[in-house]
Amino acid sequence: MTTPLLRVERLEARYGPVQVLHGIALSVYEKEIVVVLGANGAGKTTVLRSISGMVETSGLIEIGGESIKKLNPSEIVRRGVAHVPQGRGTFPELTVEENLKVGAFIRSDKDISNDIETCYESYPVLYERRTQTAGSLSGGEQQMLAVSRALMSRPQLLLMDEPSLGLAPQIVEDLFARFVTMNQDQGTTMLIVEQNAQLALDIAGRAYVLESGEITLEGQAEELAKDDAIRRAYLGA
Amino acid sequence: MDLFLQRVFDAITNGSTYALIAVAMVLIFKATTLINFAQGEQAILGAFAVLQLWYWGIPMWGAVIIGMLFSAVLAAGLERVFIRKFDPADHLPLVIITLGLFLVINAIAAIVWRFDPQSFPQLFPSGNAFTYNNVRLTWYSIFAFGSCVLVLVVFQTLLTKTKIGLAFRAVSSNLESSRLSGIKIGPTLQFGWALAAAAGTLGASIYAANPVLQIEPSMMLRALIFSVTAAALGGLDSLWGALIGGLTIGFVQSVVVQYIPFIPNEMSLSAAVVVLLIVLTLRPSGVLGTKAVERV
Repeated sequence: MTTPLLRVERLEARYGPVQVLHGIALSVYEKEIVVVLGANGAGKTTVLRSISGMVETSGLIEIGGESIKKLNPSEIVRRGVAHVPQGRGTFPELTVEENLKVGAFIRSDKDISNDIETCYESYPVLYERRTQTAGSLSGGEQQMLAVSRALMSRPQLLLMDEPSLGLAPQIVEDLFARFVTMNQDQGTTMLIVEQNAQLALDIAGRAYVLESGEITLEGQAEELAKDDAIRRAYLGA
Repeated sequence: MDLFLQRVFDAITNGSTYALIAVAMVLIFKATTLINFAQGEQAILGAFAVLQLWYWGIPMWGAVIIGMLFSAVLAAGLERVFIRKFDPADHLPLVIITLGLFLVINAIAAIVWRFDPQSFPQLFPSGNAFTYNNVRLTWYSIFAFGSCVLVLVVFQTLLTKTKIGLAFRAVSSNLESSRLSGIKIGPTLQFGWALAAAAGTLGASIYAANPVLQIEPSMMLRALIFSVTAAALGGLDSLWGALIGGLTIGFVQSVVVQYIPFIPNEMSLSAAVVVLLIVLTLRPSGVLGTKAVERV
């Protein structure tokens, strides 16, 4: 078996006295879309924040077989992990173009402006608004910008925290369709945490279910979508 | 009319120096939403360093530049030792630290240079650039204003055209996403502290070089209050707002006191604060400040 791009074992995380993750294990292979489902407070966000080095953890986190546990967030980004945080992944006071440039902060190559062009080609609306502040964009546009910002670092792994949060259903569908395109065309590997199980399971290859800080189920997304417990808990069936 | 014009010119003189200290505060506020109460003391320490260098025989402008570098390095050190270990989102400990720094730096300046006022060498050509009847516009006023505008242009360029400037603005806009974009928060804020201190030292040197003033350790106390007011008036996160705020405060200080006889000169400080209250009631984020926007 090949080495997973991301490997997490026995991961524990706590905020002060409250333990949020109780020894979870998950892995993401190259070019996969993996989704972590869970209710509010299950610890989904903490999983991503642990990987990005934003919270204190114990256990094992590896990228491409190398531990990133001792690294701080800015070094982890340099190892190829980009993270779109929940809700506010943009810089509202900066223009759209500046947001993209901040996304490329860790790079110093000459392709940055090419990548910005490519991004504008995929999202013409961002091109139209390139001189406007990010704060003036609609929720869906901001989420697109947040994702584009993260992609500007040319990550190996894209972490996304509830990209569907607060967006209208058709905008979420459009956004998820773009994730699939990104995955198929550029082979972008993604780890998405979501409450919107229906859509997430549609686009994911594999999925994990997180409950109260523990992984209670894992498997192929198609099979989980048929699972009775999942259907009752997350699909409203 | 002549008197009025003269008062306006006086306003430019004072206002420009308030604006320079205000700009320093705005810079730190932008990044951390923290008001650095030690800003004025850091500035006066820098101005004393300039004076000392000049005593040692370094030409005045050379001394100012070395003094600015000195205070930038000092501020970077202060940031590293006293500020960085605290959570930037939790303001109370930081405010207390800046107040502590205020007292300590003030005391150090007093121990080293004593409380006796000393005259500060001229930075700008003396005399009047323009006289008409009894109205005089001094070269000092023009250069003080010009320096202020120059500093603003330099800062504006640094913040919008350079990578560290972009990082600095990103940190002010969204701390978490900055971290997730690979920006090192500590050194970026440290850059802001250094830049602010350099501007402050220039401001205090210009202030002390006013032919009608002498340098002494507590001279920034008054200026500090005017500068905070100026910064708040212009909008605490706006560089150009600091200039507008500074000029307004300078104007209030000189004009209002002149024309409204029941306000004694000693009350000019309060008059400035009253104007601030009025402006903030009408525009809570100041004249040029960004309104707080939140996505719902």
